[in-house]
Amino acid sequence: MATSTKSLKAQGNQLADTLIQLKVLNGKELVDAKFPLFAEKLSDIGLKPLKPTGIDIFQINMGKMCNQVCAHCHVDAGPDRKEIMTRETLERCLEILAETDIKTVDLTGGAPEMNPNFFWFVEEVSKLGKHIIDRCNLTIILANKKYHILPEFLAKHKVEVVSSLPYYNAKKTDSQRGDGVFEKSIKALQMLNEVGYGKDNPDLQLNLVYNPSGAFLPGNQASLEADFKRQLKRKYDIVFNNLFAITNLPISRFLDYLLESGNYEGYMQQLVEAFNPIAAHNVMCRNTISIGWDGYLYDCDFNQMLELKVAAKGQHINDFNVDELVNRNIILNQHCYGCTAGAGSSCGGEVV
Amino acid sequence: MSKTYFKPEDLKKFGKIGDFGAPDLAKKFFEYYGEVFKEGALTEREKSLIALAVAHTVQCPYCIDAYAVDCLQKGADEDMMSEAVHVAAAIKSGATLVNSVMMINKAQEISM
Repeated sequence: MATSTKSLKAQGNQLADTLIQLKVLNGKELVDAKFPLFAEKLSDIGLKPLKPTGIDIFQINMGKMCNQVCAHCHVDAGPDRKEIMTRETLERCLEILAETDIKTVDLTGGAPEMNPNFFWFVEEVSKLGKHIIDRCNLTIILANKKYHILPEFLAKHKVEVVSSLPYYNAKKTDSQRGDGVFEKSIKALQMLNEVGYGKDNPDLQLNLVYNPSGAFLPGNQASLEADFKRQLKRKYDIVFNNLFAITNLPISRFLDYLLESGNYEGYMQQLVEAFNPIAAHNVMCRNTISIGWDGYLYDCDFNQMLELKVAAKGQHINDFNVDELVNRNIILNQHCYGCTAGAGSSCGGEVV
Repeated sequence: MSKTYFKPEDLKKFGKIGDFGAPDLAKKFFEYYGEVFKEGALTEREKSLIALAVAHTVQCPYCIDAYAVDCLQKGADEDMMSEAVHVAAAIKSGATLVNSVMMINKAQEISM
């Protein structure tokens, strides 16, 4: 994989258009490869329509702006993306969180910390007693002096930190996340360890995300975790709690990579062949609601990036209706194979 | 018969060789194969790297295809995979060279 310094949108790449992506996934554009319909796979195992089990996780995309331009990014995030969630929308999120018993608030982006209201918002959510997750890309901590306080700030509010580190060496990490990212990530992890993250305090969880640097599926999560723990401790004296092994979904920049490298058909075939009914029962969209930077609601972060809004009358945070949302039918498409392959994949790693 | 002996898509047919004949033997082989590659005294990744190295020495394109992917999936990096193949290459070239002792013995035996 090789990184670019611009998003697909800034490059004028046709895959920045989500309709084109959906056409590719259904063999109607750029490629003619067709695969069994994911919806039919769920039908075969009696899981269609796919219904939520509840709303436990409130995942907020605070904006598409990011200091990195990762080669596999499903958000197509980067410094050139200006979409940022407004304070008004964040206030509406707070109202909903105060009114409901949703337990977990999962902050993502882009780099969520680049939203100018990030620090205020975390403080307010913390007052509500919710569990907060910050999907931190690590390098943001070193990107600017104003972010150097992040480790202490996050620790103060007992925020769980979830950070991507595709490998414990620079070559693989930088090929996916950009030149110099590995070295800065290591420094940031050491800073998080210094304030107590990743150690014995259960309130200071530091979890890493592994995703393959190429057109192959992740291996066994427990084996990878043991390996990462051994190597990061040995080489850099870094400790962390859990490793989440995540499958790359064939959308946005990873889809672009698959098409450009000639791996699209083979990768989709791998996903289809690895379909696991048990993983299908446990997919994250069943207990998550995903909120876009502009306040629209989605079943998951991937449906958000494909602009597939929830199948409900209230599709915007201003019309948030828990009863309606927990009874909705989850929108399915061919990219969903990515969450049901092998041991499954979610924002928390394997699902079986 | 196709005009080439090796076709990448044939790899996917491997698991079905028992459909052609000797199903019980095929079943036993695949059960054994599956057990061999499970985590034991060696990790799954170590076994995959050994398989990759052996695949090169037996020059099996199907095995090289399968275990290049498998090694990456199990978290091996390019250096680990390359070193494994170098181990195979060293043993193979060493095996050639160590037999030169026989040549030397014979040559010395019949030489003045």
